[in-house]
Amino acid sequence: MKVFAFVASMLMGALLIYSTEDMPSWGDPNSPASRHVSPRYLERSVEETGTPNVVTSVLADYRGYDTLGETTVIFSAGMACILLLRRRRG
Amino acid sequence: MIFQYRSVIVATTCRILAPFLHLYSLYVIMHGHTSPGGGFQGGVIMGASFILLVISLGREEALRRMTQKANDFFSSLGVFIYGGIGLACLLLGANYLDYGVLPFPGATPVKARYLGMLVIEIGIGISVMAIMVSIFLNLLGPETSSEEADGIHR
Repeated sequence: MKVFAFVASMLMGALLIYSTEDMPSWGDPNSPASRHVSPRYLERSVEETGTPNVVTSVLADYRGYDTLGETTVIFSAGMACILLLRRRRG
Repeated sequence: MIFQYRSVIVATTCRILAPFLHLYSLYVIMHGHTSPGGGFQGGVIMGASFILLVISLGREEALRRMTQKANDFFSSLGVFIYGGIGLACLLLGANYLDYGVLPFPGATPVKARYLGMLVIEIGIGISVMAIMVSIFLNLLGPETSSEEADGIHR
């Protein structure tokens, strides 16, 4: 059974590595990721948000909901540490 | 991190250095719009300043500066600010986290977006600071009564 699981996971890994050949090359300006919304964010960040720092404006304004999820993850990590590790004295 | 004696030089130097760390972290948070920085980075620096106090002064003395109850309050306050701003935008008729409709006094929609981003960065900074200190204090473990009796502070 363990051999079967090992072979299955190796096959899955090989399939995933093989499928990366179809993805766009590194830093390709014609890839869909850099043609769809990235030019819009880069060009119109200052006039829409008044922020020269595009990283902050994407993180806090255009993708603010993802940053809310990130903050919630940090909060839940702290809560997990409190629940598991906090003990009373003695 | 058990030390048998208190070193006056280390304790005094860290106590002098801590307000400058606070000031720098506030600078990093406020200038997140024009230079690299923002909420997460500033929050980490502020948390590091409290951890410096715990390392140099001992746990009891550093907890006198910010109690554990206040720390727990701050950790939820940050997330509350963030969600609260989004909810305020929703109540004013726009989408969730659409800062353009926030009623800052005398601000165009573009300026309102700028100020809304600043408020949520402050909330992120508060939450990250509190969580860093809280995780550090929890990983230290409890202060056993035998150590306190000997005068050794963890």
